[in-house]
Amino acid sequence: MISKRQSFAWLVPFLLLVLLFFLVPLLYMVISSFSTSKGFTLEHYQSVLTNDYILQGFKNSITLSAISAVIALIVTLFAVYAIMRFSESAREKILILTNLTSNFSGIPLAFAFIVLLGNSGLFTLLFEKWDIGALSSFSLYSWSGLLLIYIYFQMPLALMLLYPIYDGIQQQWKEAAALLGASTWQFWLKIGIPVMLPGIVGTFSVLFANAMGAYASAYALTSSNYNLVAIRIGALIKGDIFAQPELASAIAVLLAVTMVMAMLLSEWSIKKTRGKL
Amino acid sequence: MKKRGFADFFFLFFVLYLVLPIVATTLYAFSSKWNKTILPEGLTFKWLATLFQDAEFIQAFGRSVLLSGGAVGVAMFVIVPAIFVIVLYFPQYEKFIQVAVVMVYSFPGVILAVGLIRVYTTVGVPMILVVLGAYVIGILPYIYQGTRNSLRSVDARQLLDAAQLLGASKRQAFMTILLPTVYPGLFAGALLSFSVLFGEFVLINLVVGSRFETVQIYLMKKLSSSGHIASAVVFIYLVLMGLLTFVIALLTKRSKGVTNI
Repeated sequence: MISKRQSFAWLVPFLLLVLLFFLVPLLYMVISSFSTSKGFTLEHYQSVLTNDYILQGFKNSITLSAISAVIALIVTLFAVYAIMRFSESAREKILILTNLTSNFSGIPLAFAFIVLLGNSGLFTLLFEKWDIGALSSFSLYSWSGLLLIYIYFQMPLALMLLYPIYDGIQQQWKEAAALLGASTWQFWLKIGIPVMLPGIVGTFSVLFANAMGAYASAYALTSSNYNLVAIRIGALIKGDIFAQPELASAIAVLLAVTMVMAMLLSEWSIKKTRGKL
Repeated sequence: MKKRGFADFFFLFFVLYLVLPIVATTLYAFSSKWNKTILPEGLTFKWLATLFQDAEFIQAFGRSVLLSGGAVGVAMFVIVPAIFVIVLYFPQYEKFIQVAVVMVYSFPGVILAVGLIRVYTTVGVPMILVVLGAYVIGILPYIYQGTRNSLRSVDARQLLDAAQLLGASKRQAFMTILLPTVYPGLFAGALLSFSVLFGEFVLINLVVGSRFETVQIYLMKKLSSSGHIASAVVFIYLVLMGLLTFVIALLTKRSKGVTNI
């Protein structure tokens, strides 16, 4: 059929772009992580896994990502619970605000936090004035400072993922449970949360992967000083130390593996939720 | 109810946490002096004026618009037709696009940057074109979502068949019937993609660097030199994002209205 063949021609440029700017680079990266001039090797992986500095980067990234994901998840879970009781137009406005803030990340976000909590930030001065010792020693350019920023960019994403999951909880279920004598607490404990649990786990892994790959905010705050996997990769490929591209490839592959595992977990748990609803 | 108050507290925290940095940065952009006091000592338009007189900023802004807009433009001519063709004629292959969408969405720029640099530095292609190509693919998820949603809500196949049955040519049916109906969703997807790319820093910084200074790279440079100018840049960025978000919200509302026909 001519029309089908003609329409197939429209697919060629698209496939070419996917190949050139996505699949080939990733494949080449995987191959180069396994090769030397002599052929196949595992030595890059060996040097990654025996390098304490890089391993510490993985550890920092994983804890930062997991903790920011958990905090954002908990805050947003309750926030969405409250939002669900608002009027339709109020909910719409909140969603617009969330969409706006979901674009507020990277360098601009890092700067906004410098204004709030940097060396002469608004809150930094407040804490000094009120002489709150524990808080005035807080440094934005540290793990806990990064945590605040990560929580910021996780929350809008968490809201967008949790919103439809909450929506799946039907009013009739609550009414039916109430008719049968269940309290609100009992409803959420025995019905609501178990139904949503796979969706919540799925959201967690998306948030986790999102934070694992984040680079710009941490780079803006600490340039290459704070040890995160993404920052390590960036430092290895940006100018100065690009003597070991294979090493960067191996770290990138390991990071990708961590994230793919998180995403697979989310796929799996989202499918499970769908099956139940 | 006790529990309600508990959830409301979290909601309040959620909104304050999201809004406070935006308010503080905006205030900073308009404050004449603000480094020893809790609140600014005075208000001024000086920083915004300085920024708009800075040729470097105007050029950086132009580059950002050119790069992001260019990528969205290419996507409109390459990705959108491909999605149309697959949805309308080869629905059995749609799952491949979905796999590509998930992969593109979940692979962060910092990983892709390694691959792009490995492949293209030796080939001699201008690296800015490589970033452009990566951008086009990077917005696949948003373009796909926008196109797919509007195609689903109008049942495109039936619409085309009906138009042809009534004597329209294939081209006519596509141009005058299908395109106008899916246009709002498509446009929303394009604007969303533009706003995502406008904020992109990782690929442009790692693959090209300061040789092609976009707004994000300009901002990064100002971060260490002038806080007030940086805050003015962030303010402009926020205004632009706000406008885009607003238009997207309007468009989405309208394309939802189409469903009810």
